[in-house]
Amino acid sequence: MTINKTKKEDQLTVAVEGRIDTVTSPELEGALKDSMGDAEKLVIDLKDVDYISSAGLRVLLGAHKTMSRKGGLKIINAADSIMEIFEVTGFSDILDIG
Amino acid sequence: MDRIRKIETNASKEELDTVMDLVREQLESADCPMKAQMQTELAVEEVFVNIANYAYQSGSGKVVVTTGFQSDPLTFVIVFEDNGIPYDPLKNDDPDITLSAEERPIGGLGIFLVKKNMDDVFYEYRDGKNILTLKKSL
Repeated sequence: MTINKTKKEDQLTVAVEGRIDTVTSPELEGALKDSMGDAEKLVIDLKDVDYISSAGLRVLLGAHKTMSRKGGLKIINAADSIMEIFEVTGFSDILDIG
Repeated sequence: MDRIRKIETNASKEELDTVMDLVREQLESADCPMKAQMQTELAVEEVFVNIANYAYQSGSGKVVVTTGFQSDPLTFVIVFEDNGIPYDPLKNDDPDITLSAEERPIGGLGIFLVKKNMDDVFYEYRDGKNILTLKKSL
């Protein structure tokens, strides 16, 4: 997994590349925790993610909860295969997906 | 069932890739469509991680994973066996996917994803073993 962070004013964009699974999701969770503190808005770019398991969903839900107290979390560029997982789990109703 | 492969690993998250490599090799040999492959990998991860996390209260134990194919229609079969505490993961209620983010418990999604992505999932406890069988039509 590769994680790239870009900060523009109060918005942090985290672009993820690879698989978000049981093995890699702690890395994403750590990267988000480190940087959510000084961001008002968070964008997670899933363009280069082709796989997510429940471990990854938990990280996204945690980030959503943290950011809902601030300017919110937006998920962008989710592939069809990832969208299907969001839909089947009801995450598509919870998360702001654009 | 034919083209049977069987591995025994520690029930530990570090072994997830060992199991995943077996599943991938098998699916690729069957020219499995990408979508079915992703769905199968997802189900395998969720089951294996559940066993790694919960089967052995003492902390360590083994998992035997057997994979193979049935024909007419072509179906990929994965069987997980462990000697841990008797536990039927299919007995849990499905999570309420209509709850808001704040009300959502962290967890309970894994087995739900297994059921949603596989065509058939069944559990039995036999000879002191939890045996969970997943089937995916290819």
